[in-house]
Amino acid sequence: MIQKVVLSFPVDATDRSLTYDLVKQYDIRINILKAEIQAGKSGNLLVELEAEPQKLDEGIAYLIANGVTVSPVSSKVSYDEKWCIHCGNCVSACFSHALTIGAPDWKLHFNPDKCIACKLCLKSCPLKLFRIEFAES
Amino acid sequence: MKTYAEINEKIKNGKAVVLTAEEVSELSKTLSPKEIAEKVDVVTTATFGAMCSSGAFLNFGHATPPIRMEKIELNGVRVSGGLAAVDTYVGATDCNPASPAYGGAHIIEDLVNGKKITLEAWGKGTDCYPRKHIKAVIGKDDINEAILYNPRNCYQNYNVATNTTDQIKYTYMGTLLPKMRNAAYSSAGELSPLLNDPECRTIGLGTHIFLCGTDGYVSWNGTQFHTTKPVNEFGIPTSNARTIAVIGDLKKMSSDFLRGAYIEKYGITLYVGIGIPIPILDEDLARRVSIRNEQIETTVIDYGNGNRVLGKTNYAALQSGSIEIDGHKIRTAPLSSLAKAREIAGILKAWIEKGDFLLSEPVRPMPTGTSLKGLTALDD
Ligand code: SF4
Ligand code: SF4
Repeated sequence: MIQKVVLSFPVDATDRSLTYDLVKQYDIRINILKAEIQAGKSGNLLVELEAEPQKLDEGIAYLIANGVTVSPVSSKVSYDEKWCIHCGNCVSACFSHALTIGAPDWKLHFNPDKCIACKLCLKSCPLKLFRIEFAES
Repeated sequence: MKTYAEINEKIKNGKAVVLTAEEVSELSKTLSPKEIAEKVDVVTTATFGAMCSSGAFLNFGHATPPIRMEKIELNGVRVSGGLAAVDTYVGATDCNPASPAYGGAHIIEDLVNGKKITLEAWGKGTDCYPRKHIKAVIGKDDINEAILYNPRNCYQNYNVATNTTDQIKYTYMGTLLPKMRNAAYSSAGELSPLLNDPECRTIGLGTHIFLCGTDGYVSWNGTQFHTTKPVNEFGIPTSNARTIAVIGDLKKMSSDFLRGAYIEKYGITLYVGIGIPIPILDEDLARRVSIRNEQIETTVIDYGNGNRVLGKTNYAALQSGSIEIDGHKIRTAPLSSLAKAREIAGILKAWIEKGDFLLSEPVRPMPTGTSLKGLTALDD
């Protein structure tokens, strides 16, 4: 089972080898897609976690127990649908195909599972409708 | 053969047969132009895209004592002070370099939405206009006129942009990824107004149109009006050619069809929604409005490398999601909204069907035989 999540580390957790523990104790393979983390400061990791479902749940529980906030990517990247004009500018920039537009309705569709939080849509939307909580710095 | 008067009579009686340009293109697969000319009275076309050459005339009214405004700012954005005492033209691309993401187009949208705008103006003070400075808060209901006047809108066809370099390019054609990983196009294809009447037989000075949610008019040929570009076998210019100038009452417009926008590292622009009804006067016009995406060709340009021409494609390919250039498959995405263009074509169709919107015969046709001049710098 693979799950893509954003791990937000509090200040005091950053120096501890939590990710090492995930591999060692819970047998979770970690694929780091994006990292914004500095020792002594809070930080964010966008990761794919791959493991047996039970191990995955235990590993995530272990992270939470250690003060790490674990949130699905979908809750982090969003756009203001009400104001969207379906122009397609963001689709052009989104090379991971999370954002698509096309026949038959030619309206914008967002598939959070494919989002890699690259932030290109943030700049490319001419109405500035995107919000990405991860990597706000 | 039908006349404008006959078609308007049918509209008034609620008997006009109105189709959108997409519907008539579909119909043309089974009916001949002659049959379409007999059956259909009006075809509605539309587009909703970024149109930088747009703006609004405003008249603020006079204060007591009065001021001859020579330097004017709206929400901190400098706008034209070169228009009588209390008039201005807010250009869509006007901006304050200190905060480049908000400018003229956003002010226009804010006015449409009924938001209040801070006006600050300075004058030198004259015997008849003694005041030298004024600060006031205005909204669309506090000022005399607010008139949208766009000198160049609705381009007939447009280039497709891609980027062959190994760096991201931020252009007015959007974010262009390195090594041709995407291509951007900006036309509604078979729904686009000037592609359905490519020689402007029915679109001229005085044509009654849908403009940003209300009705408006074609007021002139648009600037950079170019009638001598190469055309394909279907009579379609294969790159940007004709344009129109349009005018309408800003106070009645809706931000559903007018939006201020900021294109990264380029600047501000205004998304404008335009719908144009084409009367099917004869078989020739029936044939023109039957044009289909695969018959509308356009030119692919390398925006990363001196606007080099890379090849040709058509709107059926562009709308399929990918095109092929020199053996490379390139992902495509639009910059103008087909969903909104369809909405506009549908609204205009409903207005005409209900008898709320009549067609007008141009009082002057568009020019012919025009091309573009360049600009020579003194040190060239
Ligand atoms: S952050 Fe990147 S991957 Fe996610 S939707 Fe935006 S452009 Fe696509
Ligand atoms: S760029 Fe912005 S307005 Fe355009 S489709 Fe994407 S989210 Fe919607």
